[in-house]
Amino acid sequence: MRVDTLHHVETPEGVELVLRCAGPIPRAIAWGVDLVIRGLGVGILAAGLQWLGRSSMGLVLLVLFFAEWLYPVIFEVFWRGRTPGKRALGLAVVRDDGLPVDWGSSVLRNLLRTADFLPGMFGAALISMMATKSFKRLGDLAAGTIVIYSASEVAPAWRVERGKGLLPHAPVVALTLDEQRAVIAFAARAAALGQSRADELALVAAQTLDGRTHSNGTPSERVIAVASWLRESGHTAGDVGHQPSTEEAS
Amino acid sequence: MNQNAFCIIAEPAWRKLELLLTEIEDGKKPDVAELPRLFRQVSKDLAVARSRGFDTALVERLNGLALRAHQVVYATQRGSLSRLAGFWTRTFPRAVRAEWRAMTVALVLFYGGGLVFGLAVIIDPDLAYRFMSPYEVDQMQQMYDPSREMITRPGGAESDLMMFGFYIYNNVGIAFRTFASGLVFGLGSFFSVAFNGLVLGVVAAHLINVGAANVFFPFVIGHGAPELTAIVISGAAGFRLGWALVAPGRLRRAEALKVAARAVLPLVYGAGGMLVAAAYLEGFWSASAAPKLLKYVVGAALWIATAGYLLFAGRYRGAQRAA
Repeated sequence: MRVDTLHHVETPEGVELVLRCAGPIPRAIAWGVDLVIRGLGVGILAAGLQWLGRSSMGLVLLVLFFAEWLYPVIFEVFWRGRTPGKRALGLAVVRDDGLPVDWGSSVLRNLLRTADFLPGMFGAALISMMATKSFKRLGDLAAGTIVIYSASEVAPAWRVERGKGLLPHAPVVALTLDEQRAVIAFAARAAALGQSRADELALVAAQTLDGRTHSNGTPSERVIAVASWLRESGHTAGDVGHQPSTEEAS
Repeated sequence: MNQNAFCIIAEPAWRKLELLLTEIEDGKKPDVAELPRLFRQVSKDLAVARSRGFDTALVERLNGLALRAHQVVYATQRGSLSRLAGFWTRTFPRAVRAEWRAMTVALVLFYGGGLVFGLAVIIDPDLAYRFMSPYEVDQMQQMYDPSREMITRPGGAESDLMMFGFYIYNNVGIAFRTFASGLVFGLGSFFSVAFNGLVLGVVAAHLINVGAANVFFPFVIGHGAPELTAIVISGAAGFRLGWALVAPGRLRRAEALKVAARAVLPLVYGAGGMLVAAAYLEGFWSASAAPKLLKYVVGAALWIATAGYLLFAGRYRGAQRAA
């Protein structure tokens, strides 16, 4: 079994969409951001309405009701599944089938947050998230929703910068499709890993891949060189005149 | 074809789809004639890219595009005004009747508990202090002071608005919590319904004991029908959630919970709406200076209307439609 945080949806077009589920930490932060926004909003309004006397208390209570129960629902329904807090963290709520939340799902998941809070500080939500595959809290289970990293936050494309690192180098062993994919994925992520961690990860693979006993490149550079070759040559070895994506590299 | 050639050929379509989606997501209304074709193409491209093991970044980009397009193409329509009207004339009362078992449990618990504890307090007046602190009793007696003939709120019309806000915040909040806490195997709803019934019974009994009945009842009868009924309905909705976990039947528990939650959603909306109406009555009518007899008549009419509405509304049209 593969352990990951992906949620798969098959569309009527027969293609599988992959959603990246968000775990408890970013969701808790998003909730905190929303809490601050709501608190400030109600506070400023209460201060501004002082001059209205007792009637203002009534309005403040109405706004407080709105902030407590309707704020997340309105934002999720009209803002493509994102409250301001979720937006700040690049999260969005969608239904299990990948579609935008409707009124029913949003109302359910937000009302049931009360049950998720039990027995205090979202204990039930945390246990439920740990126990379910796509980090669902109780409200998500009942409403049939998941919180994902929103689709517009796409990872930047990996580019081979010409004249940097080693020249593309063919692997000396036959690689399966999954292995090729792993090598290319490593190249895409290497920059985010940090030099020493990337080298550490690449250490064992480097020699197996390029077969060189001596090389002036670091292990990660050697693996990236293989990845470049894999990518440039393609898997069916077609010939390519030019590469649009690498032209723009500085 | 390798990845680069693949990208060069398909890129214009992806760009076009990207632009189109951005416009739709920003709320504009572009010409969508090409959307289905572009959506199908990007779906196909995604499948191709995945099966050939193209770059993670490329697959991810296509996945994101396909997902956005999927969300636009298969979006459900938001509610309209006619659906809202249909909700109040048909959906809500039907949903309440469909959950008659949970409704019966909630009704018995709420009024039965209230009656039992109310009678107990009438028989032994000191029992009231077992359920409420002396301070609370004192507050309540001041509010329904029999020597003033009317309930007393400081501040007149200004305070009516304040109380309206308070009733919305407090009562609708109670209803929502009563519903939500039903997720804990129905226990939260059980305690909430039982407790609210108990408090009502004890307060009414105590005020009868101290001779404030003819201040208290004209006040509560007006908004009592929608308010108390709404609390019972939200409790019933909570029971249904809890029951789905206790006895899921032939479904898995998670699935049963989903089904039950959808089924009781109209009850939650309906209870919320009734409580807003109740808050309006309680804020602007119940405490008004209208004669007591009028308040009793209006109050009784509201009780009959509420019961009649929940029992009979939406019966015939459904039969016609089904035929």
